[in-house]
Amino acid sequence: MNEFIAQLLEANGYRKTRLMAILRAIQATYFHIPKEAITLLSRLLGLPVSHIISVVDFYSFFHLTPRGQYDILFSDSITDHMLDKQNLMNYLSHQCQVGIGQVRKDGRVSLANTACTGMCDQGPAALINGYAVPRLDRPKIDLIAQLIEQGLPLTEWPEAIFQVDDMIWKTGLLLNSRLNAGESLLAADTRGFDATLNEIAQSKLRGRGGAGFKTALKWQMCASEPEQERFVVCNADEGEPGTFKDRVLLNRYADWLIEGMTLASLLIKSQQGFLYLRGEYLHLFEPLQAKLAERRRNGLLGENILGKGWSFDIEICLGAGSYICGEESALIESLEGRSGIARNRPPYPVTEGYLNKPTIVDNVETFIAAAHIAIQGGAWFAAQGTEQSSGTKILSICGDTPQPGIYEVPFGTPIASILEDCLAEDVLGVQVGGPSGTFISNREFDRRLAFEDLPSGGSFIIFNKQRNILEIVRNFTHFFADESCGFCTPCRVGTILLSEQIDKLYDGYGSVGDIVALQELGHLLKTNSHCGLGQTAANPMLNTLARYPEIYQSKIKFPHFGPGFNLDEALQAARKIAHRDDSEAHLSQSGD
Amino acid sequence: MTQTFMLDGLAIPFEEGQTIMEAAIAAGHYIPHLCYHPDFTPYGSCKLCNVEVNGKICAACTFPAREGQTVVSESLERNSDRQRITQMLFVEGNHFCPSCEKSGNCQLQGVAYHLKMTDDHFNHQFPHREIDASHPDILIDFNRCIFCALCVRASQEEDGKDVFAISGRGINKRLIINSDSGQLRDSELTVNDRATHICPTGAIVIKHTAYQVPIGDRQYDHQSISEVSMEQDGNVS
Repeated sequence: MNEFIAQLLEANGYRKTRLMAILRAIQATYFHIPKEAITLLSRLLGLPVSHIISVVDFYSFFHLTPRGQYDILFSDSITDHMLDKQNLMNYLSHQCQVGIGQVRKDGRVSLANTACTGMCDQGPAALINGYAVPRLDRPKIDLIAQLIEQGLPLTEWPEAIFQVDDMIWKTGLLLNSRLNAGESLLAADTRGFDATLNEIAQSKLRGRGGAGFKTALKWQMCASEPEQERFVVCNADEGEPGTFKDRVLLNRYADWLIEGMTLASLLIKSQQGFLYLRGEYLHLFEPLQAKLAERRRNGLLGENILGKGWSFDIEICLGAGSYICGEESALIESLEGRSGIARNRPPYPVTEGYLNKPTIVDNVETFIAAAHIAIQGGAWFAAQGTEQSSGTKILSICGDTPQPGIYEVPFGTPIASILEDCLAEDVLGVQVGGPSGTFISNREFDRRLAFEDLPSGGSFIIFNKQRNILEIVRNFTHFFADESCGFCTPCRVGTILLSEQIDKLYDGYGSVGDIVALQELGHLLKTNSHCGLGQTAANPMLNTLARYPEIYQSKIKFPHFGPGFNLDEALQAARKIAHRDDSEAHLSQSGD
Repeated sequence: MTQTFMLDGLAIPFEEGQTIMEAAIAAGHYIPHLCYHPDFTPYGSCKLCNVEVNGKICAACTFPAREGQTVVSESLERNSDRQRITQMLFVEGNHFCPSCEKSGNCQLQGVAYHLKMTDDHFNHQFPHREIDASHPDILIDFNRCIFCALCVRASQEEDGKDVFAISGRGINKRLIINSDSGQLRDSELTVNDRATHICPTGAIVIKHTAYQVPIGDRQYDHQSISEVSMEQDGNVS
């Protein structure tokens, strides 16, 4: 192990900021982060043991105890459940002889759940040793179980198992455009960098990750900082359940993205960029590395870009299973080799970001839009969309539609028209912007996709009338509890309490005070949490409670107060200890 | 010219770079808090000091004071939220005040008194947490930890040691110790360290000192935490 770690650290330049990459390599080799490795890293990197453990402990893809040689993580997104996930996971559990949440005794295989893997257009999906496996069905599971028993390395598995498709159903302003490598950089050079920034301002481009900050303003603020060392960061950590549009953009339009990042480097005068790629997209890592290398060879990246004396390069950093790292300051923490905990703001990343230097963090789609605006001009972009939301939005549409995939639509498009595009029928409601966004019912389909009405970072999940609202809410609420970083009290404790409260209703133990308790807790989280995760964690419940109070009411079993759990079931342990099972050792549920 | 902001209708003077909390304390106004301590870098995790700044909720301990801000702290809504947050801290750990040696000197308890908390309101989580009694002079009862990171900061910033870290995520957050065994006795912590004395609850206590002052004669038995805090925090800087 000593030699392995020494080589690994050498390859990573003994940089503490590369801790994520280092831990990923150790996890992949030893199926966990062994204690000896932590001691070695501590000594060689000069980091406290406790720091390294805290990072391992934070990310769901790192483990202090061994996982199986084949570690299977089943995606737990609501859309996976809608595609019979639970039965398939049970089947997989049976075929591989491994319990859910467990490692098989011989250490060959382990199985657990994970948050949405970004394959909602081709679920149910899983990750095997980090690599995406979409479209799971019984024959595929049989094959996987067989390959695991044979002990064949992943590299020798049939490629079809890992086949991820780009399904683009509707293109618009951006996806219909063309861009020759280097074209936007030359256009910016001809027009002048300040004038190019001005074109982006004229385009009224706003951040595509969902928050919608004005891109040009962000870049201008960063560029006007006195500190000369500045960073360009691409947030490719799309973790919002139901979103996968960046996966398609990274696979198909990586050139445009790199071009956009390079353009940004010219405009804010930066020499170093980072592409923070969500760990779930490990399959895109090598292709993206190859693309970067190709651009370096072609003089589009690295030293003396296009012979103009510009210098800029990009490093790809992989995440390790943490939704909160999509929040820009948590992402920066992760880039620096720490747990993804959102920073206190101010200061904002534009003044103190990566290594406390001025940093812009933008979404994949934002960089792509900027590259095209540099060529075609601000007016071209602003000609579509609304006054406050210019241009188009690339949506990931999934759930109850016969055509899940990518749709590019102008901002301002009514939801009804989007539903027509994807041939959705019998629709109950749509989750716009993912669990942290808004659930709208079928009475609101005249509302529009726009920052001023219904914003979305890309997620658009359709539910038909057969779906159970409370099951959706339960899935989303548990997702937030699982992903809470635990830094602040309201979110750390509140998301768990909220999950318990929803479960209580779902399981049929609701009593009269429970709806008020839900509302109060939801408001507390929204108002007092440290970052967007806690502030939006109650949205699924609050949105649906406002729209379908009768569903929640129907779950109130006890008109006054009743036990919040099954009394008889709670006595099971005591019965077992006392070796009793007579009628006196049982309780009937009061209120029944 | 002195700059001021309004706190609950009163003009509070402040210097450039001060947080709302620092300026409020300097002017003799208490804002409930647990993870804030004037000697250490503000952290902002407990959220008890959340105040309304121009209509937006911000942690007073981390948010900078600015000219003309309107800050609301002592409103019914703020204090009711504070009570709920305090109740959350109680139910996520295992806090048994009647049998806790820190009772009466505990800031968590003191804040609960101050906010007139009379019950736990939420479901108890009853987590399974260990006790580390390995150190000859110091004991850690993880059941009482509220993850305020004061020991982490005190050890780093004053003792220059880095004995503690907050690990895990979500409700599985845990305080860990920087030693190969993970035990306190193998760490660099000594009884004279600032980190040993900084815990606002009874999570880090000094052995052989319990009950020297009887319950009933302790800090918050006769004085509200708001008064104690003003005397202590106000004198430091």
